[in-house]
Amino acid sequence: MTGEALALVSDVLVRATPLALTGLAVAIAFRGGVWNIGADGQFLAGATLAAWIGVMLGATHAALPLALLTGAAAGAAWAGIAGILRSRFGVLEVISTIMLNFVAAFGVSYLVRGPLQEPTHVYPQTSSIGTAAELPVLVPGTRIHAGVLIALALTIAAWWAMRHTAAGFRLRATGANPFAARSAGLVDAERVTMRAFLLSGALAGLAGAVEVCGVTYALYENLSPGYGYTAIAVALLARLNPIGTFVAAILFGALEVAASALQREAAIPSTTATVVEATVILAVITVADWRARRVERAA
Amino acid sequence: MTGGLEAFLQGTIRTATPLALAAMGETIAERAGVINIGLEGSIIAGALAATIAAPGLGVGAGMVAAMAAGLVVALLFALFVVTLRADQIITGTAISMLALGATGTIYRLLYGQMGAALTVPTIGTMRIPGISTIPIVGRALFEQPAVTYVAYVLVPLIAWWMYRTHAGLALRAIGESPEAAAASGVRVARLRTLAIAVDGLLGGLAGATLVLAQAGTFVEGMSAGRGFIAIAIVALGRWQPIGVALAALVFGAASALQYFFQAAGTHAPYQLFLALPYLLTLVALATARGRSIAPAALARAEEAE
Amino acid sequence: MTEPALALREITKRFGSTLALDHASLTARSGTVHALLGENGAGKTTLMRIAFGMLHPDGGTLTVEGTERHFRTASDAIGAGIGMVHQHFTLVPAMTVAENIALGGRGAYRPRDAREHVREASTQSGLAIDPDARVADLPVSAQQRVEILKALARGARILILDEPTAVLTPAESRELLARLRAFAEQGGTAILITHKLRDALDVADDITVLRHGRIVWSGLATEASESTLVETMVGTSDRAERESARSRSATGEAVLALRDVSVRNERGRVTLERANVVVQSGEIVGVAAVEGSGQRELLRVLAGRIAATTGRVAIPEYVGFVPEDRQRDALIPDFSIVENVALRGAGARRGRIAWNALRGETTSLIEHYDVRGGAPSVRARHLSGGNQQKLVVGRELEGAQSALVVENPSRGLDFNATDAVHGRLHAARDAGAAVVVYSPDLDELLALADRVIVVHAGRVSDAPLDREAIGRAMLGATVDRADTPPEHT
Repeated sequence: MTGEALALVSDVLVRATPLALTGLAVAIAFRGGVWNIGADGQFLAGATLAAWIGVMLGATHAALPLALLTGAAAGAAWAGIAGILRSRFGVLEVISTIMLNFVAAFGVSYLVRGPLQEPTHVYPQTSSIGTAAELPVLVPGTRIHAGVLIALALTIAAWWAMRHTAAGFRLRATGANPFAARSAGLVDAERVTMRAFLLSGALAGLAGAVEVCGVTYALYENLSPGYGYTAIAVALLARLNPIGTFVAAILFGALEVAASALQREAAIPSTTATVVEATVILAVITVADWRARRVERAA
Repeated sequence: MTGGLEAFLQGTIRTATPLALAAMGETIAERAGVINIGLEGSIIAGALAATIAAPGLGVGAGMVAAMAAGLVVALLFALFVVTLRADQIITGTAISMLALGATGTIYRLLYGQMGAALTVPTIGTMRIPGISTIPIVGRALFEQPAVTYVAYVLVPLIAWWMYRTHAGLALRAIGESPEAAAASGVRVARLRTLAIAVDGLLGGLAGATLVLAQAGTFVEGMSAGRGFIAIAIVALGRWQPIGVALAALVFGAASALQYFFQAAGTHAPYQLFLALPYLLTLVALATARGRSIAPAALARAEEAE
Repeated sequence: MTEPALALREITKRFGSTLALDHASLTARSGTVHALLGENGAGKTTLMRIAFGMLHPDGGTLTVEGTERHFRTASDAIGAGIGMVHQHFTLVPAMTVAENIALGGRGAYRPRDAREHVREASTQSGLAIDPDARVADLPVSAQQRVEILKALARGARILILDEPTAVLTPAESRELLARLRAFAEQGGTAILITHKLRDALDVADDITVLRHGRIVWSGLATEASESTLVETMVGTSDRAERESARSRSATGEAVLALRDVSVRNERGRVTLERANVVVQSGEIVGVAAVEGSGQRELLRVLAGRIAATTGRVAIPEYVGFVPEDRQRDALIPDFSIVENVALRGAGARRGRIAWNALRGETTSLIEHYDVRGGAPSVRARHLSGGNQQKLVVGRELEGAQSALVVENPSRGLDFNATDAVHGRLHAARDAGAAVVVYSPDLDELLALADRVIVVHAGRVSDAPLDREAIGRAMLGATVDRADTPPEHT
C-alpha cells in the first residue's frame, strides 16, 4: 500500500474508532429503550479519568488497563446520573443527557485550566500521559492504535450477547415493549433500563479513554467534536445492529476525514459533515416509515 | 447595594426574555402533545437569519427573517413528526443537529473562518416613561429592548387563547387524548402542525433576541442548549403559560447570578456559573414530577384516526 | 310513507384485500329503535362508521331523511343530525364534562356558558350529570351518559350506539335501554349495535342481522325469536350445548390462594381490599366486575404479576396469564413468534438462550393450538387477533400446567376464535388446572365459570350463578344469603 493510501486508512480508522465505540453505546441504549443523547458527556468523563490516571501513574505497567477501566467506569457513572433521574424522578433522559453534555464540557474546561492543567500553566490542557499509559500502535508509521481492536472485540461481543444471552434478550424485549416484558416476561424493566444506561455510558466513557490513550495523549477542551451526536447517526444507519454499527462508523469516519480535507483544499466548512449526518438520520427515519406503511397497506 | 440588585434584576429579565419566548412556543407545542427537541434548531436558525438580514435591511427585517427561519426548521420537524408520524425524540435531535451544522456551514461560507468580530446592529433599550421610574424594579422591567415588551404581552395573550377559546380547548384536548379530539371533529394534524409552527416562530424570535438585543454578533452554536432548557422551563412551569413565564424568570435569575457574585467578588470558577442553567434544568425536571401533570399524549407518535 | 331517518343501501367496503361489507343495506325508520345484530367481526361497527362519516364506502348510497349525503368527515355527519357513541369512549379523561361536551365548537369559550349548556341538556334528556366533574373520576355508566349528552348537545336526531351495554351491569343496561325507548318515542331514531340478542328483542322495533359483511336477516322485532336470530348470526344454534359443559371436576386442592390481600397502587389508592380467594384445581372461577372495581389488580395478584401490599399470596411458581390488551401486555408485535414464546420466563432465564429448543417448542405450539398465519420466524404483528390470542393462551398453558388467569378472553375475537379459546379453557380445567376468568360479558362468564366471584370497590365477594344477583353484586348490593345454593357457602 502506498504511503498516501496508508495514511488515509490510518486517518479513517483513527476517526472511526471513537465512532464505533460511541455508536455501539448509543445502539445498545436505543435497543434498550434508553434515549442516550449524552454519549459526548460520557466520552468526556471517560477521557478525563483516563488522562488523570495516565498522568499520575504514567510510569507503571497498570496505567493503561487502569486508565481504560476507570474511563469506562466514569462514563457509566455519568450516564448513571441520567439513569437515576429517570427511574426516580421520571426525567426524560433526552434532556438530562444533553444537559449533562454541557456540564461535562464546562467541567473539562475548568479542570484543564485549573487543577489538571499542565505545569507551565500556559495551555488549557493536561500534561501528556506517561508512555506506559499509551495504547500500542498496530501499524508502525501510522496512528492506527490498539483501540480499533478493542472496538472490534466489543462489537462482536455485543452482537453475540444480544442474540444469544438471556440478558441480551431482556434488553431487546424491554426496549421493544416494556409492558409485555414486564407482564409476560416478568422482567424487571427498571433494572434492565438502568443497566442499559450504565453499559452505554461505560462504552462511551471507554471511547473517551481510548481516544486519550491512543490519539491525543492528553485532555483538552473540545476533545469530542460531537462524537456523541454522530454516534446517533451511526447507530440508526446500522439499524441498531452492533456489527452494522462498526461498518457505519468506518463510513462516517471516512465522511469526516473527507470533510476535513474539503475544508483544507476547497474551503468547504467541515460542518457540512454534521449536516450530512443529520440528513442520514432523517433519511433512515423516512425509509423506515415508508417500509412500515407498505406493510400496513398490504395487511 | 441597590445598584447590584438593579443590575441583577435587569440582567434577569434580559436573560429570561429569549428563554421565555422559546418556552412559550414550546408550551403550545407540548400542550398539543408534541415535544419539540428541534426547538434548538429554530433558535440557532433564527440567530443566523437575524445576523444576515439585519446589517443590510435593519433590525425589524432581522426579526422577521429570524421568525421565518425558525418557522422553516419547525415545519421540517412537523413534516416528519405529524405527517410521517416519526419518533419525536430522534427527529427533534436530528433537526437540531441539522440546523446547528447548516448554520455553522453557512456562517463560515459567508463570513470566513477568521472569527473576527462580526458586528450586527442591535436594538437599544426602550424606556417606558412613567413606570420605569419605580424604584428598583422600574428600570429592570421597563427599560428593556422592545422584544421584552413583546414577551410581556405574549404571555397573557397565550394564556387567554389557551383557556378562553375553543381553539385553545381543542389544542389542550389533543395533548391529552388525540382520539377523543378527533372524534369531536378537531383536525388533529392541522392543529398540531400549527402549534409546531408557532413554536418555530417564537424560537426564531428568541434566536433574533440573542443576536439583536444581546450579543450583537453571531457565534457558532450560540443557542447553547437554550432549546433544551426551554423544555425544562415548560415542565417547571407545569405547562401553563403564566407558570412557564415565571419559570423562565427563575432561569434568567440563575444566569444573572454571576453578575451578582462577580460584584461580590467571589473566586468561584466562571464555568460553574455557565453550568448553572443546565444544572438547574436537571433539578427543575426532577422536581416537576412530570408524568402526572404533563399532557397525557405528550410524545406519543400515534395519530388519531 | 315518510322517509326513513337513515337509509344505507348496497354499502360495500374493502380494507386491503378483505371485503368488510358486501352490499349491506339498513333502513332505520324515524321514531324507532333499530338493533344491528351480529357477532364480533361481522362488520356492524364498520357499517355504522360509514353512516357517521368516519369511513368512506367503496360503493352504495347513504340517505338521511330522503336526501342523499356524502360525508367526508364525522363533522358532516354531525351536521346532518347523526351522533355516535363508540364502544371505547372518546372523552378526554383529564377534562371536565363541560369541557368535553364543548370540545369541537368554535370561537370564544366561556366556562360558565358551557356549564349552563350542559345543565340544560341534562335536564332535557333526563340524563343526570355534574358539569364540573372530571371524566376520569366518573364511573363507566356516567361516562356513557356524557357521551350521549355530547351527541344530543350537537343536535343529534339519529343516535348510533356501539355495544353500549357491554360495560354496564344488568340494571344499568335496563336503564339505558329505557332511555333509548323514550328517545325514540319523542321522535328520535336510535340504532343499537349489539351482539346481545336479549337486548335487541327487549327494546328494538326493527332488527337487522349482519354476518361476514352481508345482511342475512332484516325485519320487525316481533317477527324474530332468539333461536332464529342465533341461527342467522352464527349458523348453528349449539349455544345450549356449551351451557351444560359445567364440570364437577374440582378436586378441593387449593392451587391459588389469597388471604387478606390488599393492593395499593403508586398513587396510594387501595385498589383491592382484604381479598380472600381460593381457586381449586379443576375449576373455573369467573370474576365479574364493573370496570375499575379492582378486578385488574385481583387478576394480576393471582397471576403473580403484581405484588400484594399486605396479606398472604400462595401461588405456584409460574401462573399463566392472558391479559386483556394482548398487543401491549402479552406480545411484542415486532418480535417473531419464537421470540414471543421465549418471552415467557425471560425474567428468570440465565446464560445462553437455547434457540433450537425454543424453535421446537414453538412449532409444536403452533400445531397444537392451531395458530394460523405463519412460520415461527414470522413477526407476531402479522397474525390476526384470534391467532395471537391462541398463541398467547398456548404459550401460557404450556408454561404453567397448574394455573391460568385470563382477562377478557374473547376481546376482539370472532365466534370461531372465541369458541376455540373457550374450548382450551375447558380442556385445561378438565386436565386439572385452576382457571380464573374475567369477562365484562356476563353471558360469556356464565357459560364458562363453575362459580363466580364479584369485585366491587376493591372488595371480593361470592355470588350465585344468577345474572341478576351477579349484576346487583357488581353494583355493590349485598347478595341475599338465601340466594346462595348450599354447596357454595
